[in-house]
Amino acid sequence: MRKPRTLWSDALRRFVHNRLAMGGLVLVVFFIFLALFADVLAPYRYDKADFSKVLQFPFVDPQHPLGTDEVGRDFLSRLIYGARTSLTVGLAVQLIAFSIGIPLGAAAGYRGGVVDFVVTRIIDVMTAFPGLLFAIFLITVWGGGLEKVILVLGMTSWIGVTRLTRAQFLTLREKEFVGAARAIGATERRIIFRHILPNALTPLLVALSFGIPAAIFAEASLSFLGIGVNDPLPSWGKMVGVSSAYIRVYWHVGLFPTILIALTMLGFSFVGDGVRDALDPQLNL
Amino acid sequence: MARYLLGRVLSLIFVLFVVSVITFALMHTVPGGPFDEGKQRLPDAAKANIMRKYGLDQPVWKQYLNYMWNALHFDFGIPYQVPTETVASLIAKTWSITFQVGLMTVTLAFSLGITFGMIAAYRRGSWVDTGVTFFATLGTTLPNFVVALWLILGFAYGLKLLPSGGWSEPENWLIPGVFSKDWILPVLAYALAPMALVARYTRASMVDALQSDYVRTARAKGLRDRTIMVRHVLKNAAIPMVTALGPIIPDLITGSIFIEAVFRIPGLGKYFVTSTFNRDYPMIMALMLLIAMLWGITYILTDLAYVALDPRVRLGGKMR
Repeated sequence: MRKPRTLWSDALRRFVHNRLAMGGLVLVVFFIFLALFADVLAPYRYDKADFSKVLQFPFVDPQHPLGTDEVGRDFLSRLIYGARTSLTVGLAVQLIAFSIGIPLGAAAGYRGGVVDFVVTRIIDVMTAFPGLLFAIFLITVWGGGLEKVILVLGMTSWIGVTRLTRAQFLTLREKEFVGAARAIGATERRIIFRHILPNALTPLLVALSFGIPAAIFAEASLSFLGIGVNDPLPSWGKMVGVSSAYIRVYWHVGLFPTILIALTMLGFSFVGDGVRDALDPQLNL
Repeated sequence: MARYLLGRVLSLIFVLFVVSVITFALMHTVPGGPFDEGKQRLPDAAKANIMRKYGLDQPVWKQYLNYMWNALHFDFGIPYQVPTETVASLIAKTWSITFQVGLMTVTLAFSLGITFGMIAAYRRGSWVDTGVTFFATLGTTLPNFVVALWLILGFAYGLKLLPSGGWSEPENWLIPGVFSKDWILPVLAYALAPMALVARYTRASMVDALQSDYVRTARAKGLRDRTIMVRHVLKNAAIPMVTALGPIIPDLITGSIFIEAVFRIPGLGKYFVTSTFNRDYPMIMALMLLIAMLWGITYILTDLAYVALDPRVRLGGKMR
């Protein structure tokens, strides 16, 4: 008997056959692995400073294979723990964005009327502004730190999710299958959760796969400016920002974190492209 | 058309109003103020004097109304950081530097991006196409401060060819009055992302246009490839490009805080950060309104360009 083919199995097949996407997946899995097992992988705690070994070059001292930073903390350990900071921000921010964006967008798109008017106006005002500038403004007003960074980035990134969900609901609610469901007397709740939302899932999933790296990017940028994550918690962006004072001689403090940022961003972006191509083969950009 | 424009302008005014209220409210919700003492305590009388001078002793709603009233008369106040200047003159001075970097970036990004995109679309599937696509992905994913740092490590500290940062006076330029070495690395680092985006969009919309019937017709008529590319393909591909790429421009001309921080460029971005840190209320308000306005105007211009390029589009009909 022929095996049944579903949307998801087709998508998985396309994803696996996409070489770039699989390459990206390797990078992303490596990154998640670093973040999850940082405690085991890192030779030292991220905040353990040794003031007798400040700014050591890499590949010299076997105890600190990647050298040390400006207060003598093991650079390898800080890089590994940095992955955890990035992943935490990436996931938490998207959690906030989706838990605001989906209900709000669904309400606006499905109900229309006053709700839609208000939500659209809010979106208008928020898009009048580059998200990162608004985030910088909020952080300087409220102060930095991991929790604040997550909160502020969450507050600026629900806009995209809301707009997407609203557009999906707007088109889907006019479709025949929704009309049919309504005709046989399905409750509104059932229509929203069983009929419309599953059909809107594909673009939302694509949005998620691009949203996580966007949040990681934003955190790195804020920390780079010195208004993100607070010391001693390591962040790749912050390590790059701090490095500018020493980089002329101690190149490693700038180079290593930028390489990790670059690999992570590339990995996520290949995976995101792969997810989009796999779920929506007609879209070709 | 006129009605549509009026609607857009009114909604822009509404947006500006909301932005001003939110900014003002957020600035004032946090305890403390711009003249809080650091190490040295000011005598109470002196502090009261300063507060009165800047109108900070009045209730917040009144301060807001005062500010807006003056702003409507093009008086944006005095920046607390540099009391010898006005907000308008300080923005004018710093923005001219940012604008210069932005303009060079726009020029570089669009000229190279469109060229690469066109070549990639024309030779679809070749190694050129693969190369362009790869660099486009690289350019759109890497944060610009990462690119900037690599350029500095390579060209400034490694090869020692170019300065690692700074912004010299015109008389110290490489070719006085014309060209400065200081510009090369910031503009390169800044242009990579928009260039990648432009190349990507150009390629995508040209590939679409190349597969259309009118191109086949043009080929069948025996037109030269170059004529087809420029007259038929590029012209039609320009329409989706304008809407997608127009919004890059206000972003570029308001500058990048990151590029200005890495390369120590005394532009607008630097003041955005210092103003928020120092709670320089008049400066923050002016910058936020300026940026919101630029964005709003760009969206309107993008729509207008859309009409100019595609006669089928009618504005003011059903809103998307």
